[in-house]
Parts: sequence; structure tokens; C-alpha cells
Amino acid sequence: MRTTETAPITTTDTPVVPEPPRLDVVHLAKSYGSSSQKGDGGKKVIEDLTFSVGAGEVVCIVGPSGVGKTTLLKCLAGLQPASSGYAAIDGRTISGPPPEMALVFQDYSRSLMPWLTVRKNVILPLRHLRLAKAELKARCDEALEAVGLSHAENQYPWQLSGGMQQRVAIARALAYRPEILIMDEPFASVDAQTRFDLEDLCLRIREDFGMTILVVTHDIDEAVYLADRVVVLGSKPARVLRVVDVDLPSPRDQISTRALPEFAEQRTEVLALIKRPA
Amino acid sequence: MDKLMNKRPVLWLLGIGTPALLLAAWWLASAGSTDTFFPPLADIVDRFRALWLFDHFGSDVLVSLRNLVLGYAIAALAAVAVGFVTALAAPVRWAVDPLIHFLRGIPPVALVPIFISLMGFGPEMRVASIALAAFFPTFIATVDGLRAVDRGLLDVAQVYRLSRRDRVVAVLLPAASPQIFSGLQVSLQTAFVVMIASEMLGPSRGIGAMTLLAQQSFMISDMWSGILLLGVIGFAANFLFDLVRRKVLAWYIGSRRLARAS
Repeated sequence: MRTTETAPITTTDTPVVPEPPRLDVVHLAKSYGSSSQKGDGGKKVIEDLTFSVGAGEVVCIVGPSGVGKTTLLKCLAGLQPASSGYAAIDGRTISGPPPEMALVFQDYSRSLMPWLTVRKNVILPLRHLRLAKAELKARCDEALEAVGLSHAENQYPWQLSGGMQQRVAIARALAYRPEILIMDEPFASVDAQTRFDLEDLCLRIREDFGMTILVVTHDIDEAVYLADRVVVLGSKPARVLRVVDVDLPSPRDQISTRALPEFAEQRTEVLALIKRPA
Repeated sequence: MDKLMNKRPVLWLLGIGTPALLLAAWWLASAGSTDTFFPPLADIVDRFRALWLFDHFGSDVLVSLRNLVLGYAIAALAAVAVGFVTALAAPVRWAVDPLIHFLRGIPPVALVPIFISLMGFGPEMRVASIALAAFFPTFIATVDGLRAVDRGLLDVAQVYRLSRRDRVVAVLLPAASPQIFSGLQVSLQTAFVVMIASEMLGPSRGIGAMTLLAQQSFMISDMWSGILLLGVIGFAANFLFDLVRRKVLAWYIGSRRLARAS
């Protein structure tokens, strides 16, 4: 079941962004290489991004590769400051890693600690929360169960396949119990079957934990399948071309949802935006 | 890989058999030797037993080993600690870098005279010489290792707001540990060399001192036995080091082996 009070998106034909937005990006710009105000000395990666993510929503960001999606996420996660504009959670401007946020990185092989077992990787971010032992164990068990990796908890990440490693990274994020989960091309380097499984896992997380989820992807089908709304970015420098409301029935299913004529329409709409010469 | 596994016993045989054969050859070739500088191995082994296992075990062998262990331990701890501060605090790095590169260029043994003039010929001088000489390889490896820690892992540490302690103990230290261990291995060899060199100056005790004394008093069998003992200790120290390394870096060795196999 959906947490209904925050999810009016999927059924009505005039989708409404839930108020107030949990995550708000306002005229965000980012350039590298120069701290000067003119920006002509530096490389402009993000021109001017404005969009928001409502509580309990799944929003996907798509755009051509090299559009600065990862840079955007680094700004949202507080890893890099914005050059101008801002991003805010519940109206508070993000200036460092927000406590209510977790990030699943694109490159799982560089995001898990190879010297820690799967279980210890999941526990690592919880250590500073000073949880009771039982709570710690429960969270870890639940997260590993959710991604189907309870059997592998004592293995090392490098002993697992790519898809399993990414599931460990997701489990780590789940155990952290973030209110906002951000994923950077999380399923880019796994095989098709695993990818479907992980997409459904992502939707299940939203149902079960009521998380607000922001996914960056370059796969348009994936974006339409996952999202309540798709933010389409145009490139060089990045800007929002359009925010597409995805009007597909829930719960979604890999076979039947993707077979819907509406699915094809939505993906065509997004694809046309991306294909169009800027 | 399978093929190599099958060859394993053969390789072991080679590894143990070759030195054994060489020893046997030495034994036979030197038997009945009257050459002053190349006494029979049997004599050397005799002297080895008499000198090192009994007479001088407490007075010299233990003294040398104590200096080695103490100096090496001080060097290792200080190098990793100072390496962390240097790598993580940019001002310290800029201040210390040129100095370090100047000091590392000086051969370790050349540091001994400084300590002799500062501390005389006591054991403190020897421990200090060993510690200073063994400091640099580990220090430099620690700084390099920390600078090479993957950006991705640091991002994870930041996003999940790890405490400073977790960041150091659970992320930075293990991430740099393969390089730190390479440094520690070089440091061990350096410490060993300086241990012996420091004993060869001034009135002294220790294996190096005894070996030099034997040479100067034309007790050539004693000299040979001292060299033999140094070889054994060096071998044992490396063996122990490797045991610890394999234990601590099991994750690293395992992941590397897997990466190579695939």
C-alpha cells in the first residue's frame, strides 16, 4: 500500500505537486575552475535548474550523458557548494551533507569498503548514531532482507557480482533510514534482469519506508517506469527542458506497465525532448 | 590457475630444496678446509651453537633484538601518526614536504654519527638511530597511501556523516594499509641494517659488535657464525612480518587475486 496522504500523483489526470516540497532546487548553477562571478573563466556545468520533489514522490532526472547530473547530485548531497542559487530540504538550504539524506552512488565498486564484510558495510554509517545493539541488528537484518542478501552478509563486496554489490549499497542506504534517498545511475552497470529487480526494489522501498526518492538515470524507459514525474534536462550547460508528469497506474509491473500504450506515449514524449537538437 | 595449483608441491620442493642443496654443497666443499677465511661449515656451526645459543644469547643476541624491536616499533607508530597529520592537514604538508625529501635522501647509516655525538654509545643512541632511519619509508608510504584514497570512498564517508574516528579507523587507515605495509617492510629492512651498523661503532654489545670483534681478532669461524645468525634473524623477521601482513591485508590479497583471475 502507498502512504496515501503524500501521493496524489498517480490517479488524477491533473497531477498536483504535494505541498510543500521536501526537496527544492531553485535556480541552481554550478561552474568549475573559476571562483570569479563572471563565470567566463570557469566551465559552466549547470546553467539554471529549478524543480522540486514532493514528500513520498519518486522523481527521475534524465538527460544526455555528460549533462552534469552527477554534479547536481553532489550539490544536493552537500558534497559541493552551488555557484549560485540553492537547494533546500524543507526550506533549509543545504550547505553540507543533510542528516535525513542517503546517496547511492553510481560506481558501487568505489562506494563499498572492500575491507569490510557486507554486514559491516551496512553497519558503518550507523555507528555514529549510537543505536542500541538490538536496534542496530534489526535495521541491518531488515535492510539485507529487503535486498535479498541475508545469505551474503559475511562475504566481502569483491566476492559478489556487480548487481549484488549495488544491492549492498542500497541496503546500506536503507539501514540508514533516510527520509530522502538519492540514487545516481544506480542500475547502470548491472545486467537487464538484475536491473528490473532493482527497479522494483526501488518502488517497494517507497511503499514500505515512505521515502522520497530521486533517481538520476540516462535510461528513459527506466525513468518513466519508476517515476511519478520525470525531470528532463537539456545539455551544455544543464537546464530543465520540461517536467513530465507520468500518469501510469500503480502498482507498476515490469511486464504489464511497460506494455501500456500510455507507457509508450510517455517515453516518446521524453525521448522527443532529449533527441531534439538544443 | 588449476595448472599452477597442481605445480604447487613442486614449487615448494624447489623453495626448500635449493637452499638445502646449497648448504650441503657448502658443507662438503668446506670440509677439511685449511683456508683461514673459509673454515669448514662444521666448525662454524659448532661456534654458532657455543656462542649464540649459550654464551652470548643474553648479553648480545637479546640486546640486539631489543634495540631492533624497540626502534622499529617507535618508528612504525610515529611514521603512521605523523603521516596522517601530514596528509590530512594541508599546511603541515606544505611545511614538512621539503624537509622530508631532504632527510630521506640521506642514507640511513649516515645518521648514526649524529646520534653518537648527541647521546654517546649507549643503547639509547642505537634505538634512536634505528627509529629515525626506519621512520622515513613508512612515513612516506603512509602519506602517499592517504593521498591516493579513492574519492568515492571519501564521498561515502561524508554523505553518511561518519564520525572523525570512524573516518580514520574504518576508512582512511584500511584504505591506505596496503601502501603502509609496503613502507613498513622497507622500514624493517632499514631498521635491521642500522641495528648492525650502530653496533659496529664504539665499545658495544650485540651481534654486530661481536661479529666485527671476531673478524678483528681473526676468529673467522666466529665471524661466519655471526653472519649466519644475522641471516637467520633477518629471515625470521621477514617471515613474521609476512604472517602479520597476510592476516591484516587478507581482504586486499583476496580481492587482488580475484581480480587477476577474472
